[in-house]
Order: sequence, then structure tokens, then C-alpha cells
Amino acid sequence: MKVGLFVTCLVDLVRPNIGFATLKLLEDAGCEVVFPSEQTCCGQPGYNSGARELSQELARKVLAEFKDCDYVVAPSGSCSGQVKIHYVQDLFRDSPDAVERKEFEKLSAKWFELSDFLVNVLKIKSLPAQFSGNVTYHDSCAGLREIGIKQQPRELLAKTGCTLTEMNDAEKCCGFGGTFSIKLGEISTRMADNKCVNIAVTGADAMVGGDLGCLLNIEGRLRRQGDKKTRVYHFAEVLAGMTDSAM
Amino acid sequence: MQVQSMFFKESASKKLNDAVLQKAMKKAKSKFVDGRAASVATIDNWEDIRTHAAALRDRVIANLDAYLIEFEKNAIRRGSVVHWAETAEEANAIIVEIARKNAVKTVTKSKSMVSEEISLNDALEAAGVKVLETDLGEYILQLAKEPPSHIVAPAVHKSKEQVAALFVAHHHKPLLTDISAMTREAREELRAHFLAADMGISGANFVIAETGTTLTVTNEGNADMVTTIPRIHCVITGIEKVIPTLEDFATLIRLLPRSAIGQSIANYLTLTTGVKQANEQEGPEQMHIVLVDAGRTKLLGDDMQSMLRCIRCGACMNHCPVYQNVGGHAYGWVYPGPMGSVLTPTYVGIENAGDLPNAATFCGECQVVCPVKIPLPDLMRKLREKQFDLHLRPFSERFAIQVWAFFVKRPVLYSFASRMGARLAAWMGGREKLIHKLPGIDGWTDGRDMPAPEGKTFKELYRKKYASRKTNP
Repeated sequence: MKVGLFVTCLVDLVRPNIGFATLKLLEDAGCEVVFPSEQTCCGQPGYNSGARELSQELARKVLAEFKDCDYVVAPSGSCSGQVKIHYVQDLFRDSPDAVERKEFEKLSAKWFELSDFLVNVLKIKSLPAQFSGNVTYHDSCAGLREIGIKQQPRELLAKTGCTLTEMNDAEKCCGFGGTFSIKLGEISTRMADNKCVNIAVTGADAMVGGDLGCLLNIEGRLRRQGDKKTRVYHFAEVLAGMTDSAM
Repeated sequence: MQVQSMFFKESASKKLNDAVLQKAMKKAKSKFVDGRAASVATIDNWEDIRTHAAALRDRVIANLDAYLIEFEKNAIRRGSVVHWAETAEEANAIIVEIARKNAVKTVTKSKSMVSEEISLNDALEAAGVKVLETDLGEYILQLAKEPPSHIVAPAVHKSKEQVAALFVAHHHKPLLTDISAMTREAREELRAHFLAADMGISGANFVIAETGTTLTVTNEGNADMVTTIPRIHCVITGIEKVIPTLEDFATLIRLLPRSAIGQSIANYLTLTTGVKQANEQEGPEQMHIVLVDAGRTKLLGDDMQSMLRCIRCGACMNHCPVYQNVGGHAYGWVYPGPMGSVLTPTYVGIENAGDLPNAATFCGECQVVCPVKIPLPDLMRKLREKQFDLHLRPFSERFAIQVWAFFVKRPVLYSFASRMGARLAAWMGGREKLIHKLPGIDGWTDGRDMPAPEGKTFKELYRKKYASRKTNP
């Protein structure tokens, strides 16, 4: 089974550890993982800024890079939503090129968010690592509402032996929203604040999520408020036993 | 209503620091959000009803002309006069003329957001007609001289104490602290006006083509008083409010109060069909129905067409994390929240409401709760595309996208630039690994640190680690 790894532009730039944790999880489960080195970005920042043609160009680039893979896996619900939903249902929905449309449908069908792939495709029974501690999980919006990521990461976290304490409004947006976090920073910060309050109430040692954008936003606000204690991890880092190498 | 949407950012900033508003918004959130969830949970085929309702509204909009003409025919048959207003000015002129012709001095009014769009009260007052809002929230705001901040709960931004003080100032009675006592006092104040008014003006949640009926959903019963007691009843509503049959109303009313405030049904469903007939005891002698376009037909055949499905329940704003934190006034026009972020730029010009389509994280909650499945995030994105194509966003934003685009399309340059960027930002993060200030993204670093990158990109680490591996499939 040839699995293409799409690390996402944020993971590539900011936290490669998440990429290596993803790689380890897939390889430990017996996948032949390939990493197309030409990959840059799924195009979402441009797409959500109104640069439609540019995002179509990037979509074609992604399509070409993963053409020969049986599956593609990304440690992000947001980029996965972009590829699985927006490429097909919006960017190329009315494309006059039926062949290309078909190709994007195929890409959508073989593309998986990491936790979804581990649970529903690989159906993995055991994980490389144990994790002791009290964690709380933030549901990132696109993963949750666009592609139905909810139970998968929780199921996997349970296998590590950690305690999961649900926070209030776990499904509420943390305020990241890509460029929104810069364009309307004050509102975005308040939304992050609300999230930090809900995290604090749980008393969790670590806040875990599945999208690096949200993690940076939440961690950035926690640290600014003086919370140096609450760890912020991508679930891949927890599952792969690679939290030590995370910041 | 005067458009203030160009000041969204500044206005939102003020609202974030308004303690009374913040408290009111928290209270409203638990009421509206939890209430809706509990009430929706009691319906086992909620999703089917939504799907049906969306298709029903789409069918109406695709055949809007035919249904409107059918409505007009049946309304006339029951003695109503149907007026067509293409613009806000025309709508105001029609209603002022009705008042003038009939020597109307006083008007009681039940809630109408279309009348807020066109500033009807101002037009009537200018013509010497005294207008009294009778929806409790609208009444409070009329005393406070404020516009509504929510389409269903217009005074949701006000505290009990603020309302009590307003009542003392205007009713000249002792200060009250109990909400039901305050409501009773307002009711007593309004009663005499209800009985004496020359004309009643109401909005309409729907108008029904097959019967020529106009229909108002309220919880206070004030619409009953407005539509039945005065000798003239005038309905003002948007042309998109037409639905084919009474049975379609039965479908939509399952969705509307549940989506709005978690009620299984509203307290009053007021259906008015024509004037008092020869064999009837009650009802108005004249019934006028003003059907307003004011920008709606511009949406037909446009990317924004699905917005015309909207049944004005307010669920999108109630669930929107942006609205929940800034309240409705920040949006600067009649319609707040996600539906406002689509309608305001569409009706008053995108150049006057540039921040609104951007005031969303695309979290998708609005779309999930919308009873008629309007793809609000997609519509906001479409507006962003328009802004991008017409160069309506600030130069810095456009420039940033162009720079980003240049690199992401060129993998070799991109790898190089991201390697440099990762190193520089890691260095800036220092020992703490936190960047406290990053020029260019002050919007972020004003309120948050930026966790610093590890220092090397995944790509370069991967290449080093797996030098022997092929990197292309």
C-alpha cells in the first residue's frame, strides 16, 4: 500500500516533528510511505482570501504530485477538507474538463486525515507509545464539520492510556481561521481566550488537537497570558511517543 | 438605516471591551444555543425537514415571479391592495402616501426588519405621523434611540438595569427590578396606543401565494393587536418571503421557532387574509401589502442566490463565534452575523462593508445550524473573491498573497525561502521559543505570542535522514 505523505506547509515550516510523528505512525502500521518533495501548500490561504485561480493552480499541482499513490494522508483536518471537499465541490465542480474532474474526485476519495486513516482504513489495534497524563481535546472546525473528525482522535488517544477530560465548547472555533487571525486579530484573540479558559477548567496537563494552526493560536495565547505549563501537542506526537521532541 | 459597516473593525474593538454587552452576549449564547440544541434533539427527522425546506425555498426563488403574481391575485381577491416597491425610497413613499390619504396620525408597528432597512419610521415621522414600536425589544430600543442588534431579539445587547432606567425616564414611574413587572408596565403603556392607532404596520415572516395571506410569528401577541384593531393594516415585507401554500408554512414553522430560540412553536402565529368582509365583525377596513425589492432581485441568477432562502431565524448569528463576541451593532447595518456578512455587502455595496465577508473563520457552525441550509461560508468566500478581483482589500493584504503565491508555485525557491524563514524565526524565538512581536503580523502578536519554528523544515530534515529514499512516487 503506497501512502503519500502531505505534511502541510505549516508543519513543514514550523513543527516538522508532527510530520515525523505521522511518518512513524504510518510506517509502524506497515505502510510504504512516499514523500513527494515538490509539495508546498494545498492552497487554502489563497482560496480563503479570494484568489480562486491561484488556488486552482495549486490544486492541480497537488493532484499531479500524488497521482500514483493509493492513499494520501495529512496530519490536518483543514487541508484535508480543502482537498476532499473544496477542490471537488467548488474549485473544479464546473470544470469543462471531465477527465480532470474525475481525477479530483479520485484524489478526494483516496485522501485521508491522519486519525481517520489510522482508525477507518488501517484499523490499527496498537500504538507505538503510551502516554500518561490528563489531556483535553480541541476539535478543529474544518476537520469536524467538513470531514467528520470527532471520535477518531479520541479513540486513538484512549489507546495510549491517557485520561481525556472534555472541555466545555470543545467544538467551538479557537479563532485561528488562517488569515483571520491577523486581519481581525483582536476578535481572534478573544476567541482564543475563551478557549484557554475552557482548557484551564479541565485541569489538563496538555491540550491536544489535530491542526497546527489552531495549536499555534491556542499555545500563543496561553503563553502570552503567562501559562508556561500547559503543553500543546498534535495528536500524532502523542500517539507516536514523540512529545519530548515537540517544543 | 444608515450604513456603518465600513467601521466594523473599530466598532468590534469597542464592543470587545464593553462589559455590559459581553455579559449580555454570554447569557444570550446559553439561551439560544443550548435552547436550540435541546429543541432540535426532540425531532427525529430534523435533517430531512431542513433538506425539504431548502428545496422548497429554492423552488420559490427559481419561480419567484410566478408565485408573487399568484400571491397578488389572491390578496386582491380578498380585498387587499398590493404595492410593488423597487427601492427603499419607493416603499417609504407608498406608505407615507397611504398615511396621508387616510389622515393617519398614529401608527402602531410590530417588528419588521425590512422597515429598518428602509428607515420607515424616519420617513413617517418626517411626514408628521407618530410611530410606536410594540414589540417589547423594539419598544425599548425606540426609547433608547438605538437600532436593533439582533433580528429576533432586537434588544439582546441591553441589560435589565439599562431597560429599567429607560422605563423610569420615559414612563415616569418608580424603578422596577423584576422583569415581569417591567413587561407589565410596558404592556400598560402600550395598551392605549393599540386601541387608538389609525394604522397598524407589520412585517411578514411569510406571505402565502395560494391564499393571499400574510403571516407574522411573534411571542408577545402584539402583531395581533397591530393587524386587527386599527382601521388600516399595512404589511411591509421583502419579495423573497413568498411561499406557495399553507402546507409549506406548516413545514417552515417546524424549523423557524426551534432554530430561533429553541421553541417548538411560537406563542402567536398571526395569519391575515384581506380586509373585514361583510359578514365579519373584526379586521381592518383597508389592507395594504407593500412588497419590497430593495436589492433582492440583484441576487437572482447570481452566486448569492441561495441567500434568498433565508427565513430570518437568527440561528447563524446565535452560533457564530464572531457575533457571540462582538454583538450585532458592530456589523453596522440591519443584519448582523453571517447572514449580515452576506446581505450587507450585497445590498449596500461591498465597498461599504469590506470587513464583513472577512469577519469569519469559516468554522462552519452557521451552515450546520441554518434551517434552510444556506452555504454561508461559501457565500462569504465568493464575496472575498469579488474583493480580490476588484482590488478592494488593502494593498498589504494583496501584496502578501502575491508574494506567497510566487513561492508556493515554485518548489525549489519555496524550499529555500522556508528554510531561511524557519531559521530566522527560530532565532527570533530565542531560548523561550516564543516570538513576542513579529512585524507584519501585529494582528497576531498584539494579543498572542507566536510559538517559534523548530529551526529546520520537514523537507530538509527528511532529505538528510532518508538520503537513500526516492522522494517522488
